[in-house]
Amino acid sequence: MKPGETVHLRVWRGTRTGGEFKGYDVTATDGMVVLDALRAAQATQAPDLAIRWNCKAGKCGSCSAEVNGHPRLTCMTRLEEIHDEGPVTVAPMKTFPVIKDLVTDVSWNYEKAKEIPPFTPGPKPPDGKRRMYQEDVERIQEFRKCIECFLCQNVCHVIRDHPDNKPAFSGPRFLIHLANLSMHPWDTVDRTEFVKRQAGIGFCNITKCCTEVCPESIRITDNAIIPLKERVVSRDYDPILWLWRKVTGRAK
Amino acid sequence: MAAREPIDTHEYDVVVIGAGGAGLRAAIEASAQGARTALICKSLLGKAHTVMAEGGAAAALGNVWPEDNWQVHFRDTMRGGKLINNWKMAEIFAKEAPDRVLELEEWGAVFDRTRDGLISQRDFGGHRYARLAHVGDRTGLEIIRTLQYKLISMPVDVFMECTVTRLFTEGGRIAGAFGYRRDTGAFLVFGAKAIVLATGGLGKTWKHTSMSWESTGDGVALALDAGADLIDVEMVQFHPTGMIWPPGARGILVTEGVRGDGGVLRNAKGERFMFNYVPEFFKKETADTEAEGDRWYTDKTNRRPPELLPRDEVTRAIYAEVKAGRGSPHGGVFLDIATRRSAEYIRKRLPSMYHQFMELAGVDITKAPMEVYPTCHYSMGGVRVDAETEETTVPGLFAAGELAAGLHGANRLGGNSLTDILVFGRRAGLFAAQHAKTVPGTPPASAAAIDEAAAELLIPFEAAGGENPYAIQSELQETMQDHVGIYRDEAGMKEGLRRIEALKPRAQHVKVEGPREYNPGWHATRDLYSMLTVAEVVTRAAIERTETRGGHSRTDHPKAQPAWEGTNLVVRKRNGEITLDHVPIPAMPAELSALLEVK
Repeated sequence: MKPGETVHLRVWRGTRTGGEFKGYDVTATDGMVVLDALRAAQATQAPDLAIRWNCKAGKCGSCSAEVNGHPRLTCMTRLEEIHDEGPVTVAPMKTFPVIKDLVTDVSWNYEKAKEIPPFTPGPKPPDGKRRMYQEDVERIQEFRKCIECFLCQNVCHVIRDHPDNKPAFSGPRFLIHLANLSMHPWDTVDRTEFVKRQAGIGFCNITKCCTEVCPESIRITDNAIIPLKERVVSRDYDPILWLWRKVTGRAK
Repeated sequence: MAAREPIDTHEYDVVVIGAGGAGLRAAIEASAQGARTALICKSLLGKAHTVMAEGGAAAALGNVWPEDNWQVHFRDTMRGGKLINNWKMAEIFAKEAPDRVLELEEWGAVFDRTRDGLISQRDFGGHRYARLAHVGDRTGLEIIRTLQYKLISMPVDVFMECTVTRLFTEGGRIAGAFGYRRDTGAFLVFGAKAIVLATGGLGKTWKHTSMSWESTGDGVALALDAGADLIDVEMVQFHPTGMIWPPGARGILVTEGVRGDGGVLRNAKGERFMFNYVPEFFKKETADTEAEGDRWYTDKTNRRPPELLPRDEVTRAIYAEVKAGRGSPHGGVFLDIATRRSAEYIRKRLPSMYHQFMELAGVDITKAPMEVYPTCHYSMGGVRVDAETEETTVPGLFAAGELAAGLHGANRLGGNSLTDILVFGRRAGLFAAQHAKTVPGTPPASAAAIDEAAAELLIPFEAAGGENPYAIQSELQETMQDHVGIYRDEAGMKEGLRRIEALKPRAQHVKVEGPREYNPGWHATRDLYSMLTVAEVVTRAAIERTETRGGHSRTDHPKAQPAWEGTNLVVRKRNGEITLDHVPIPAMPAELSALLEVK
């Protein structure tokens, strides 16, 4: 895509009750990203085109959409990468209800976040100085790179194809948050039961779609979900604990 | 207007407007004090501009250099601010910063560690010691996410994607706020015993800025219209290093951490030109050879390399170097870390910068230099507050974070903003909650005031005009960039003011198409009102301050003037007119002024 060339956009316009793709032509500039093209259309042709964006630097995770069918941050998708594919088609994330045009209602994610028992550190050591070591926090720092763009939630087929699973499943975003809490050296809460029941980790069958779309390249499945699954399994299927539960009727 | 539409009305002890670091910290504190608290976010929760902060949070923890303490941090902050800071705020800030950073760890933040398992600290411009708690170059994300998850564990009502357009006062004190929900376009009224404004910055009023969509200076307009004082609004920081190419990425921030971690600035000839731009004020503490500057990173008995002078100095130097014809191909200068540090070190310390340049510019910063130029980044000026309580000149109205003024004086040091929002966000929430306890009941806003606020918002739907709000915004941004930019002069600024005045009547005739539901064109008309207010007050104050100091650089008054050293410039709006007053800064107590000397 060279500066001055025409970019053909096909943008989904509509509301909860329905909509359609509409065409807008804008002029390409050097290094233009999809969000630039959308904003150019908004400024000159479609002033009420609803787009959600903040930082335009890949840091806030607001401008998620489906570009030519792929879940992407529109601010980090250069037209050069996709110009061989013909017109640039931009649709809202499919998994969340549309509010208007490219803006979806992502409140489900905020409800899921609220359910999770918060970080709870133990008491401070006698010298008052808490310590943790870099090698012990490398892994959770990877999870903490999450920008909450919700692309992993959008692409996860557990809810994308089966919206009725939403009440019983947290989605990849919150499984990495739970992994972050469970691997934090100072945290004291056992969330294994939560991971199994409320977060519904059993729904995940490790297709790794979430990992593929993560703009922060977090290895969601390998580094967060699989270790959490192992914790649930080792607790539930530990033969000694199983016998203990059978005999006493207690959860632990 | 036809019959009045039903309006969703809420009552709280404390309403916090703005959900970046300062607003979140204020809401957490107000709620912890037992106040019924609401938090209003212009965007979704967790997306505010704080998320873009990169380098770190400055606090004299002394983890890397035990010699560091609050006195040195106080000194660096005051000298970086060219001495017009509110010294009481600088003192409180330097003393409380370590506790506020450590508190984040109690809430789950995971900063990079020292070998001893403590919070690691990084070098930054203007700081005597490595002082910035950080997580790679995504520290803002770590801080906003930590505060966000702390907040949602508390009984605070969060209103996302709501914009406040007016504050209500009754009998001279704050009474509430009016706004609307973006998704439905429906109006909202808040009755409040105290309000904390934490709306952040105003950089979107310029064309090339590192700031996000939200940073349109809404709080400046809200506070001014409610009768509050502003101070030193001419002090706008142009961060030395923004991306300059490609055009769509122009202005995006390149963290000062690049220089803190060893990167240097070079001109087209490959020279480290900063050695030619060390001002007298900083000579004693700045290295005069490359060898000494390079030793400083590991041995603080050496003096700091000039690339790590405070931001205003580096920005002026880059401007001069490009003007002299020694710029890079796209009109900036080179920021080189590739020849100075290993690829592994760069990727570990600066992962976001690595990705940003790779993905947006196709440049591998471990192999090639970055092209950079100053970008509008921060407002040192803003709403005038009491140093201890953050109360504005309107009783019951508090302000914190970038919107509030005083701490940074004429120039902010890198790293001081992330700690500013914690220290003064907490204080604003604390004192707002205390204030609310002294107010017996929330006086309801008058029906007339509500009707007026509602009618005002609907005008653009019925306007006979036909002006496009995006086009006027864009003209305003060009005007500020051209006339009230890095360097200013009287003739240019007067031309800028003339253009701003010409845009004001046009803004009265903006036309909005489409429905009220999630209509960005409609929202743009509100942003435009804030931005025009910002443009006018900044330009008027900048014309008034006839000197060069910190973020305010003038070609027609190129030196700092002693007469201005003791002066804050106060902006007020009275009967619709902007007024300017010179207010002397109170004398500093001897025990603080003694700290300012360079040893």
